[in-house]
Amino acid sequence: MNMHTISRRRLLAAGSALTGLSLAGCATTDSGPSIGRVVVVGGGFGGATAARYLKMWGGNVDVTMVDRNPQFVSCPISNLVLGGYKQISEVTVGYEGLKAMGVKVVQGEVTAIDTAGKRVRLADGTQLPYDRLVVSPGVDFMNEAIAGLATPAAQAKFLHSWKAGPQTVALRQQLTAMRDGGVVAISIPKAPYRCPPGPYERACMVAAYLKEHKPRSKVLVLDGNGEIVSKKGLFEKAFADRYKGILEYRANAELKEVDAGNGVAKLEFEDVKADVINVIPPQRAGDIARSAGLINQNNRWVGVNWLTMESTAVAGIHVLGDSTMSAPLMPKSGHMANQHAKVAAAAIVNLLKGEAVNATPVVMNTCYSFVSKTEVVHVASVHQYNAQQKQFLTVPGSGGVSAAASEVEGRNALSWANNIWSDMLSKA
Amino acid sequence: MPLSRFVAVATLALVSPWAAAQATDVNLARNLAATCANCHGTNGNVQGKDVKGLAGVPAANIIALMSAYKAGSIPNTTIMHQIAKGYTDDQIKLIAAYFAAQKPASR
Repeated sequence: MNMHTISRRRLLAAGSALTGLSLAGCATTDSGPSIGRVVVVGGGFGGATAARYLKMWGGNVDVTMVDRNPQFVSCPISNLVLGGYKQISEVTVGYEGLKAMGVKVVQGEVTAIDTAGKRVRLADGTQLPYDRLVVSPGVDFMNEAIAGLATPAAQAKFLHSWKAGPQTVALRQQLTAMRDGGVVAISIPKAPYRCPPGPYERACMVAAYLKEHKPRSKVLVLDGNGEIVSKKGLFEKAFADRYKGILEYRANAELKEVDAGNGVAKLEFEDVKADVINVIPPQRAGDIARSAGLINQNNRWVGVNWLTMESTAVAGIHVLGDSTMSAPLMPKSGHMANQHAKVAAAAIVNLLKGEAVNATPVVMNTCYSFVSKTEVVHVASVHQYNAQQKQFLTVPGSGGVSAAASEVEGRNALSWANNIWSDMLSKA
Repeated sequence: MPLSRFVAVATLALVSPWAAAQATDVNLARNLAATCANCHGTNGNVQGKDVKGLAGVPAANIIALMSAYKAGSIPNTTIMHQIAKGYTDDQIKLIAAYFAAQKPASR
């Protein structure tokens, strides 16, 4: 039993010796004066990947990453926690790997960005000066768009669970506490929102749980959109074949108001009473993007130069992931935020060194969705930079969705999760 | 079509004007290969056994496989035929060379 421990220690010892040698061998790139200070706001798919790749590609660059949470909790795979098929600990990864790579990881709340003075201010008074800043705050919610949702009491009752963590666990508890014969309503906002297929995967996971444990119950999917936003045919098939009689889907069912006292969701022409109401509110770029003056698209999103991910509103600030005004057919996904981060990391290193940036970047996306405990469907796309339009465009004929749900893709989905978590958080 | 034909076509792509124009960016291959890492691991060192690792795989093998995916000649594939079509032959050549030069992590 201790064989692993011993051999691992030996490996680590050997690794340390090798590191010493390789550091000496790379003295020209890894030592000497820092090429610059980069602060990364947000330690999710975008921010953590940026921090890691800045270290991998930047040589001697100072990287400080700030997140309010002590650990990363993954939204992808977290719908399985709602189904009871995963624990929240299985979608949680620490920042130790980044620390071991030399990233300064700070747990704290960013309260302001002084764009003129090039400093980030934290709630505890700390000031972090930067040469270039990465802002990857994800989304925040437009609770004001739904009447009755502005109060803390309403938000505690109508959970979004659209940021993985305590809300995921709390919604799972609401599901397990519900009586057999109860109704779970899931409200989906109008696109664009974080993770286009996510709400439909969630509906499948909740339905799978109810089918197995509370078969007299129902899931009511209240979609603010005119039709299923992503993987439409595949989700329609899952709803019809697997969850007939348990899951009811309604298009054009935008949530207008919630009544916390009575547990009622009010649509335009109808009131829906349910035991559990999961409200995924409309979204915009995270609060810090707004207070820093980065939001310049539709009063919701951040415009970026796709060659560098630099904000079109404020120079020197690179914005990643869900907060950006998405290019055509580009989803707001963790995978895409990771890809944005690599474009930004490469460009930031170039800019700090006074080099030209990559003129032909490519990003791609893969989103896997569980339709049952083990079977999965995907959507994939590849986006090439178009110099004329200064925009990422999908390649005609590329990308697409699964032919059918399968267990092979179920294994690939879990493999994807392990690999992307490693690609953003493990020591390289 | 036989795989050798794909390899020949991809090899021709090496000397295309596009590749010559891009040769000035020393990081282009690295940047392109990084788009594969989400599924195939950082620098092609994959975690787990469900997906192929690419570190140290000969470039010709990667080019042949990607060409076959592009051509739709690999049966029972789930996703790679869709992704392969998004990359140019020149990009695939650069990606393949990058992964071929990576050292597989000992595990």
